Amino acid sequence: MSNAAFSSVSVSQGVSPVSSTPAVSVQDLRKSFGALEVLKGVSLEAREGDVISILGASGSGKSTMLRCINMLEVPDSGEIKISGEAIRLKPTRRGMEPADQSQVDRIRSRVAMVFQSFNLWSHMTILENVIEAPVHVQKRPKSECIAEAEALLEKVGIFDKRNQYPSHLSGGQQQRAAIARALAMRPQVMLFDEPTSALDPELVGEVLRVMRSLAEEGRTMLVVTHEMGFARDVSNRVIFLHQGMVEEQGTPAEVFGAPKSERFKQFISSHR
Amino acid sequence: MDFAFMRDTFLQLMTGVPLTLNLAFTSVAFGAVFAMLLALMRMSNVRVLDGIARTYVFVFRGTPLLVQIFLIYYGLGQFRPVLQEWGLWSFFREPYWCAVLALTLNTAAYASEIFRGGLQAVPHQQVEAARACGMSGFLLFRRIIFPIALRQALPAYGSEIILMVKATSLASIITMMEITGLAAKLISQTFRAVEVFIVAGAIYLVLNFVITRIIMAVEWWLSPHLRRPPAIEPKLEAAHV
Repeated sequence: MSNAAFSSVSVSQGVSPVSSTPAVSVQDLRKSFGALEVLKGVSLEAREGDVISILGASGSGKSTMLRCINMLEVPDSGEIKISGEAIRLKPTRRGMEPADQSQVDRIRSRVAMVFQSFNLWSHMTILENVIEAPVHVQKRPKSECIAEAEALLEKVGIFDKRNQYPSHLSGGQQQRAAIARALAMRPQVMLFDEPTSALDPELVGEVLRVMRSLAEEGRTMLVVTHEMGFARDVSNRVIFLHQGMVEEQGTPAEVFGAPKSERFKQFISSHR
Repeated sequence: MDFAFMRDTFLQLMTGVPLTLNLAFTSVAFGAVFAMLLALMRMSNVRVLDGIARTYVFVFRGTPLLVQIFLIYYGLGQFRPVLQEWGLWSFFREPYWCAVLALTLNTAAYASEIFRGGLQAVPHQQVEAARACGMSGFLLFRRIIFPIALRQALPAYGSEIILMVKATSLASIITMMEITGLAAKLISQTFRAVEVFIVAGAIYLVLNFVITRIIMAVEWWLSPHLRRPPAIEPKLEAAHV
């Protein structure tokens, strides 16, 4: 098979769960920043419980693709469906924009994101960070949210830090708090944008352990990462992006065992 | 120096303190609302709104407050028939409201720039995290952008409040009997400018000292994240070692 054939093949192709709607479906996504075409028609499909690692060199478009899924970047063309619901876009003078902000807000509250630089709200304690969206966006009762948040903080191992501020925590602790914040929204899908790239090497492990436990719970996760170990051992699908196109994809065993693309071989050998 | 005289002067000038504080805080309160509106206009990306706000700030920052007070108090008197027709004369007839209006318009121009700086200093990533949680519009502004911007703007806004307390002294020119107005009256009666103005200056100094302390307390209260975390209590066993 030629490399070009991969550019718009869905990830779940061949597994064929025709009956269930995929948790995330991306069709032929294109996005340019000025003259630079970052995504040149990327498609992927994540079913419930999929853990998909998205690999690629910097500039390959992997973060942009992830950010298109919750509309932090608005694609120029293509279709994004969350649990079968397509995000409606409309053309404007400044390019494409969401047609309905309330639809975007509603979808975002079901698709949680964990950022490379944590992005916790600096003026709130860890607990306040975690209950913010459940209380104010999802309008759930505060006492219920606090109880749930405390359980989540216990789970990620920073319950004792709940009344401290983000600036008082280490990077690894902040990222675990950010994961708890994402979980507090009871998301259907979790997006991770290089969650360990801003961490000191000795702190990477604690965050990866939390992510591994989430994967084992059967959560649907899309993870942009440079952690080959995570991609190989935890995810059930791997996608390799190169210059805005899907260059290689399959199960970890397939892509790491017998990589078809020359570029992916180079990529793996440089990330050992 | 006649200390008995200074004590009497002090007691007399103290009766002007309520009016000074009244003028300062009324105009700061109205001015803050107006300033926030101007700052949002500046950042709206709508060229007309931006232009209006920009011109407003240019005019009110670029002309002396005293000239603005004169224009409003004496200048608008020329248009009395029109103002009477519009039912606004009862407002512009009062030197108090003219002073409040001039001070409000003036502080709004300065404060809008302070607020704009605060809003622009809100880290983009924190706003993005809020958007990714489904926040937008007023909810996003109220819960994330405003609280962070306020913390950034407070030190600069504190000195704006102090400038306003001092600026109220100009209201004495249009017959307001606040601290400076009383002092001027006292000097014309006693010709003892040094004592009276020393006492007046000292009263402003004390007022502004108290205000500075209050602002510092608010800053401290709003920024636990900038202080060191509370020390973890030592374990009981450790105390016995």
